[in-house]
Amino acid sequence: MKNFFENLDKTLEHRTRLQITSVLVANDSYDFIALKELLDTTDGNLATHLKALEREKYISINKSFIDKKPNTRYKITERGRSAFKKHIDAMEELIKQQKK
Amino acid sequence: MENQRIQQDLESIRHLMERSVKFISLSGLSGILSGVYALIGAALAYNQIYSGEVARTVTYYQGNFPVVRNLFVIALVVLLASLITGWWFSFRKAKKLKTKIWNETSRRLLINLAIPLIVGGIFTLVLVYHGHYNVVAASVLIFYGLALINASSNLFEEIRYLGYCELVVGLIAGVLPGYGLYFWAVGFGLLHILYGGMMYRKYDR
Repeated sequence: MKNFFENLDKTLEHRTRLQITSVLVANDSYDFIALKELLDTTDGNLATHLKALEREKYISINKSFIDKKPNTRYKITERGRSAFKKHIDAMEELIKQQKK
Repeated sequence: MENQRIQQDLESIRHLMERSVKFISLSGLSGILSGVYALIGAALAYNQIYSGEVARTVTYYQGNFPVVRNLFVIALVVLLASLITGWWFSFRKAKKLKTKIWNETSRRLLINLAIPLIVGGIFTLVLVYHGHYNVVAASVLIFYGLALINASSNLFEEIRYLGYCELVVGLIAGVLPGYGLYFWAVGFGLLHILYGGMMYRKYDR
């Protein structure tokens, strides 16, 4: 029982971070505004969690300009992808354990 | 307690992953209507081609501009009507789902559709240029099918099967030249109505 809880990823235990990661796993890349719309959250909240994910090197950031407007795109890193997979596996294991 | 929270988390990300990839605002109704337009267009075209007593050959059409022009106008009107209908119903559905019609997923969807369609369009013009009129219908259907399959990851699952059907119809049209109009009526008319109806029943109600 205890073991499975330990397998959960501390960074991804927060729901918004898990959501961001899941969108980036499903897509090549996503930009800030599209993420904000999809998750229905505020600029500040999203930025905080993106920063936390970046600190863990789970995502990479690419800043550019489109029509002279700044555009920030996020990508999942290999590290982030395997962390996500491990976290989901741990969640599934936990559910299986508790159903018994 | 913990268990419930985890299950909610899993549910929310499953939903998000799908929504972040798929353009969910496409309505089955636009499929049904564009199929109806295609059938009307095919009937009008049939009238243009087969009314009159002269035996019509390719050389005849090359010389007969009014018929070619009329066929072109019919095709263009059907295409425009379908695009406008598609846009209008997507706009309405997007509003209902409280999402935007122009977003990351619709942008990707358009790119995935556009590449096979533009290549197919140019290639079909090349066929026309060389006088291979008998495979034009097949070429259009095949490239349309490939475009649908290419874009199906951004759409509902059914669109992929619609794409496969268009490929089959297109290949048969290639084997049986001279019946292009009938195959267009099947590919753009009947199949759109069939799949539009299926999607409407499944997602729109």
